[in-house]
Amino acid sequence: MTAIAEDKVLDARGLLCPMPVVKAGKEMRGMTEGQILKILATDRGAIADFPAWAEDTGNELMHWQEESDGSLVFFMRKGEED
Amino acid sequence: MLETQQTPLTEDGVRAIVREELTRAFKKDKAGRRASLISSKGTLDWAYPPLILATAAAAAGMETAVFFTFYGLNVIHKDFEKRLQVSPVGNPAMPMPIPMADVFTGMPGMKSVATGMMKSKFAKKGVASIRELIDVALESEVRLIACQMTMDVFDFSQDDFLDGVEFGGAAAFLSDARKSHVTLFI
Repeated sequence: MTAIAEDKVLDARGLLCPMPVVKAGKEMRGMTEGQILKILATDRGAIADFPAWAEDTGNELMHWQEESDGSLVFFMRKGEED
Repeated sequence: MLETQQTPLTEDGVRAIVREELTRAFKKDKAGRRASLISSKGTLDWAYPPLILATAAAAAGMETAVFFTFYGLNVIHKDFEKRLQVSPVGNPAMPMPIPMADVFTGMPGMKSVATGMMKSKFAKKGVASIRELIDVALESEVRLIACQMTMDVFDFSQDDFLDGVEFGGAAAFLSDARKSHVTLFI
């Protein structure tokens, strides 16, 4: 995959539900449409939560992957504000 | 005649139109973006589900309200840190470090031991504290509403509750709930 250039990074490693989504929501509110937030997480629930959250909020989960150490990386593109 | 020249609607065509109209209507339906929850339990473990769901709903852009009734009032009481406890009595699902007969779990002091154990376990695992979740809820404009009737029953006054707490009754909850697709009694 080609590298995605993020505008901001959120380190949510070590946090459990619902904090990764809560913190991502807070970060995204301060961003403009089209900007990309890279989220680092260790909560396995985030694999299901971030796609669902993106659908509900109009943001786009561009890509996610699991790193060799088992941590998770998500790239979320800010959608249109409603 | 223009009308006779139009291609007749096929079943697929009708389905496409219905789908499009439904999508349009669903976007306009504010109830899909509202959650009204009831929190009715006053133990440390049961304080979590309503607060987790409410903060997650707010993070997803939903207008969210939680009504606290009966023992649930403990969760938004100024002394919630002291009032929210957990007991192994009557809860065979609660994990204990060593197997314990019911007669021991009911002994004096066991409640604070169990409460301390749960708090430290949750902190170690990275679960937010109740205080953090309440702070997030208030910050993200979740409405926290205390049930006035049960407050009166338990002799609570409005001053007993956290700043930002509102007060209301069954009609206020129902008025909110009927505008919310997500309603849960916890």
